[in-house]
Amino acid sequence: MATVVMTSLDAKSRAASRGMSDISIRNLFIIPTILFLIVFNIFPLIYSLGYSFTDFRASSNAPAKFVGLRNYRELLNDIFIWSNFAITAKYVIVSVTGQVIVGFGTAMLLNRDIPLKGLLTTLLLLPMMLSMAVVGLFWKLLYDPSFGIINYTLGLGSFEWLSNPDMALYAVAITDIWMWSPFVMLLSLAGLSAVPKHLYEAAAIDRAGPFYTFFRITLPLVAPILMIAIIFRTMEAFKTFDLAYILTSQPTTEVISIRLYKMAFQEWQTGRSCALAYIVLIMVLAITNIYVKYLNKVKER
Amino acid sequence: MAAVQTRSERALNRVAIAAVLVITLIFLAPIYWITSTAFKPRNLATTIPPTVLFEPEISPFVKLFTKRSQLRVAPTPEEYADAPWWERMVFDGGEKIVRSGRGEIQPSGYPNRFMNSLIIAITSTVLAVSMGTFTAYGFSRFKVKGEADLLFFILSTRMLPPVVVAIPMFLMYRAVGLNDTHWGLIILYTAFNLSFSVWLMKGFIDEIPKEYEEAALVDGYTRMEAFFKIVIPEAATGIAATAVFCFITAWNEYAFALIMTNRRAQTAPPFIPSQVGSGLPDWTVIAAGTVLFLLPVAIFTFLLRNHLLRGMSFGAIRK
Repeated sequence: MATVVMTSLDAKSRAASRGMSDISIRNLFIIPTILFLIVFNIFPLIYSLGYSFTDFRASSNAPAKFVGLRNYRELLNDIFIWSNFAITAKYVIVSVTGQVIVGFGTAMLLNRDIPLKGLLTTLLLLPMMLSMAVVGLFWKLLYDPSFGIINYTLGLGSFEWLSNPDMALYAVAITDIWMWSPFVMLLSLAGLSAVPKHLYEAAAIDRAGPFYTFFRITLPLVAPILMIAIIFRTMEAFKTFDLAYILTSQPTTEVISIRLYKMAFQEWQTGRSCALAYIVLIMVLAITNIYVKYLNKVKER
Repeated sequence: MAAVQTRSERALNRVAIAAVLVITLIFLAPIYWITSTAFKPRNLATTIPPTVLFEPEISPFVKLFTKRSQLRVAPTPEEYADAPWWERMVFDGGEKIVRSGRGEIQPSGYPNRFMNSLIIAITSTVLAVSMGTFTAYGFSRFKVKGEADLLFFILSTRMLPPVVVAIPMFLMYRAVGLNDTHWGLIILYTAFNLSFSVWLMKGFIDEIPKEYEEAALVDGYTRMEAFFKIVIPEAATGIAATAVFCFITAWNEYAFALIMTNRRAQTAPPFIPSQVGSGLPDWTVIAAGTVLFLLPVAIFTFLLRNHLLRGMSFGAIRK
């Protein structure tokens, strides 16, 4: 009994004489970050939730008037908003699928005995280190119908990429695929190199064909990390703004972020745009949740 | 394995190598093209067939840094006396290089925006990485009530679409006068990168054996001394990788910069596209702006390249 008291006193006095105690260091290290994130993330969300029930306009001095659920009702009944969502969905599917095919394919190729593997991987990562805005701008030059290098190389004459309403969304997706396939490639490569070699050796002894090996060994083992790449890219593609905004101004490429930006900062319908922001937020959370559930299922197998 | 490679296996490998090379070339072609355009004289930028061989020029860069006004009287050296040093330098250099009879030369908006980008990206990277390292250490070494929930909360701040946060942030910033200031963007980018920084750094710090610090504590170090003298040097690789990611994100951010700034604190990403205008854009100048903007990221990434690949796959596996 006495010794316990002694040591605890001892430890306390030792801590006091040797600077801060562990608990105060822990608090000092953690609390500022948590507070900072609450102030700059949770607080704005509560703020905008409040505004989403009003007809507030940030451009006028009129006080906000409470309108209840009107903003939400009107937005959910607006077919143009739904078409923005449809465009976004199409964009997400096209660009994420493209990235998975190109990224995973490249990773499969790189996962062999290839000279200069490190250098090639590093070079392939360059596109994702650029600014989306800058990428959008220079792809505009590459896509130019009369002197763009793409049309010249592919012999497309004066094919319109960005001013053709049917093509513009695909053009944006192609740029996105170029930029972000390396990300999928990198994660896939990490997954592929973690597959135990002895599994392949066993399959080779059993004279398993390449398709069997791929679908029964490679794919299931890489699936969890590939899923993570897909979750990240889907979330990002759903939020796309810069690339589409800079590349074109076609109505067919007006993804939901652009609509939101216009509503908030060009039409100044602040209250209404807060409501739309909330609808988007709920959708992102729902999608992420479905993905994470699926990911856990993939992991269990 | 290599010894038992069959002939078909070797042929397959050769095909794979060729395919990888082709893919790499396709991926790098746009970057090569934009870089070469940045060194072309204007009349060669838009020729068909494209010009591949030409005498490189630096005039696109000079044009990027300067603008010619035909109406304004030339600024006197006194007028530039209180301009920041980089503006004066560009002004002097530009005048020497493109002295032409008509119009006068002044710095364009680019040098200023570029400096803004540097100030904002570097400061927010330092803040996000240091706060992230402290917090990660706190979570890694001490008992924290509700640790899993807190960590998930930190991660979830990254899931929000930026536009969702942008509207209330804009209103808040306007109310407290942080709009169009350097600190406004620094705080935003720090908040944005912090979640990532905490998660990545926790992965790295968890890998450092606790025994290292315990040994130091026994030797009479305080906890703080042990943290700074033992843990930080051990975590250097992780800090470098985290810094690269945070810097790239802050350096390239466009949407918030577009919304939250308009003149004083505007960074380069919203500025370069605004130069396209409605008339015939001078693509050589835009290419020059793009290449120059790429340079800091490229240098930073190159310096820390050895940590980067490790950091990237590391974080991925951990999540």
